[in-house]
Amino acid sequence: MTDQLLNLACGLFLLTAIGVLWRRELAALITLLTVQGAALTGIAVLFAVDHRHPEAFVVAAMVGVLKVGVLPWLLRRVLARVPEARETAPLVNVAASLLAAAALTLLAYAAARPLVNLAPSPTARAAPVGLAVVLIGFLLAATRRRAISQIVGLLLIDNGVAAVAFLATGGVPLVVELGVSADLLLAVLVLQVLTARLRAVFGRTDLDDLRGLRD
Amino acid sequence: MTEALDVFALHLPLAAPLAAAAVAALRGRAVAAWAGVAAAVGILAAAVWLARTVHAGQQVGYGLLRADALTAFMLIVIGAVAAIACWAGVHHLAAEAAAGAATAGTARRYLILVQLFLAAMSLAVLADNLGLLWVAVEATTIVTAFLVGHRRSRASVEAAWKYVVLCSIGIAVAFLGTVCVYAAAVAAGGHGAAALDWTYLTGHAAGLDADLIRLATGLVLVGFGTKAGLAPMHAWLPDAHSQAPAPVSALMSGVLLSVAFYAIWRYKAITDSVIGPGYTRTLLLVAALASIAAAALLLISQRDYKRMLAYSSIEHMGLVALGTATGSRLAITAVLVHVLGHGLSKAVAFCGAGQLLRLSGSSRIAAVRGLSARRPALAVVFGLALLALLGLPPFSLFASELGIARAGLAAGQGWAVAATFALVLVAFAAIVRHSTGILLGPPDPATQEPATQEPATAPTLAARPAAIVPLAVGLAAAAALGISLGPLNELLQTATDIIVQDR
Repeated sequence: MTDQLLNLACGLFLLTAIGVLWRRELAALITLLTVQGAALTGIAVLFAVDHRHPEAFVVAAMVGVLKVGVLPWLLRRVLARVPEARETAPLVNVAASLLAAAALTLLAYAAARPLVNLAPSPTARAAPVGLAVVLIGFLLAATRRRAISQIVGLLLIDNGVAAVAFLATGGVPLVVELGVSADLLLAVLVLQVLTARLRAVFGRTDLDDLRGLRD
Repeated sequence: MTEALDVFALHLPLAAPLAAAAVAALRGRAVAAWAGVAAAVGILAAAVWLARTVHAGQQVGYGLLRADALTAFMLIVIGAVAAIACWAGVHHLAAEAAAGAATAGTARRYLILVQLFLAAMSLAVLADNLGLLWVAVEATTIVTAFLVGHRRSRASVEAAWKYVVLCSIGIAVAFLGTVCVYAAAVAAGGHGAAALDWTYLTGHAAGLDADLIRLATGLVLVGFGTKAGLAPMHAWLPDAHSQAPAPVSALMSGVLLSVAFYAIWRYKAITDSVIGPGYTRTLLLVAALASIAAAALLLISQRDYKRMLAYSSIEHMGLVALGTATGSRLAITAVLVHVLGHGLSKAVAFCGAGQLLRLSGSSRIAAVRGLSARRPALAVVFGLALLALLGLPPFSLFASELGIARAGLAAGQGWAVAATFALVLVAFAAIVRHSTGILLGPPDPATQEPATQEPATAPTLAARPAAIVPLAVGLAAAAALGISLGPLNELLQTATDIIVQDR
């Protein structure tokens, strides 16, 4: 039963990442990110139930609050201030980025071999899913032109790393998880302020405008 | 009694900047700025105390913090560079306030963030836990973001955005590497937070999975390499360093890059004992050559003197990577000396460039002409700092570059050393060509002193001879280090042993 639920959560986790590449409405990206956060929380809860370790429950609760609650709320606040609702002209069109996502998923399965070989348990075998999401996050951050899309890309990368940590090791130690979560929250807050400043000086949040500094 | 003092010295590098940040939140600019200098001196004092305690290879540990010889050495680098940067910062802030460029609020925010930056760097080198090391390095990105975007102009917002996004993404890759190391440690029987302790990992290196460590090392090198400004992940560096206020550029260039490199050294010690030194050596050699080549080529066409200094930092990080790749005892000792010498010289150069910027109102090289005729003291200090960065004696970068080259030749990396130093020569010529224009030559009448046209700002621009003092002290330290290592020698040998891990 736990195995099936875990597979379901992992599948949802990967699907939401691909969905992020598919949709262009910025509001939809945030919704997908929230669902992905819920899937990640699900993975963390399943581990906590499995291990019956109090620390694991604390980590799961923290991941849930941060990824389903606080971060999407912050992103929605940014979106409310920035009127652009859509990604207008991504560098790579949707069909091409979906194909790239498929290739990246294959690559992730190849690259994650050492992690899978380490402990041939069903959970470790799912670890490439996290790596695939990391790569899809890179693709998003590199090819989308809106500031919010780039923040979403950064959060996808972070979700992917967190998933690898849960699936391969049962989650990093509590003290590290606390520090990482605090850093992530602060980084998003900083980016939120910088998005507002981008809009203040450039009048919009198109990252194509960021080409004043070059050699 | 001494044990209590050891534990106190272990916490002082974190407590002193936090206390100075609290002072900055509560008190006025002048008091807070000097409190910042005191905090930097506190870090230095704690480092010296720890260095005396750990000299024979012992460690001081308490909770998640631990200090060995390498930690103590890095704390000396942080404390020394921070002391110069904060001291120069006192004058920087006073001049900004006098020119009406900074309000009490911006000065307060500046002082608080700089102290948090120092605390985060101290935590990075004091953390025994590799996860905590990662948290501290990412924290430096967050606290310096607003310092880079200090001026809120188009260019500085652009620089801050690129800095936060690129460094956060880069460092996320390093976290993936950290997770892989944790997975290897857990599979080898490690448990909980202790499994990420550096002391545990080096002690149990034999049991770690070689494939996983190979994967982790690649990820860690890319991740912390981004933060250390190694090419091709260096794109954020010239923008951020050229937009930040001068004392912050000094800290970012002089210390932050080496703190990221410190993380690479810690991981290298683990990797080398699991899979041997060949793998990291190849990766670091590629990064070293790419960095020095990129820096040398972009230095030729440089039109901005702050960006010129930033590219010089990439060049020096390339040399550090080359020495780390060589990995022999001589190479690592030279690398450590190089880090300290570069920190001191670059801090002086950036703080001097900050005064130059205030004087001329532009960071374009073409906008400054004949500095030696207008500001002889500043011209001498800035010129000597550039000579130090170019690796001329008596400054310490001469000795350390020689050491890196000799070690590389001895290790049979003749081609890499030859290619590197050919490129260093290109960079040398480019910097000399740009800086002779700034320092010598007749003053350009078109860009004459803005002071003559704007009498209101004349006092700021004319006076402040005291602002030269911290820069002169930094140069004196760099020169002294080049002449003799003195009491540092023993500490350096012990620190080298930690990176080389008895091979």
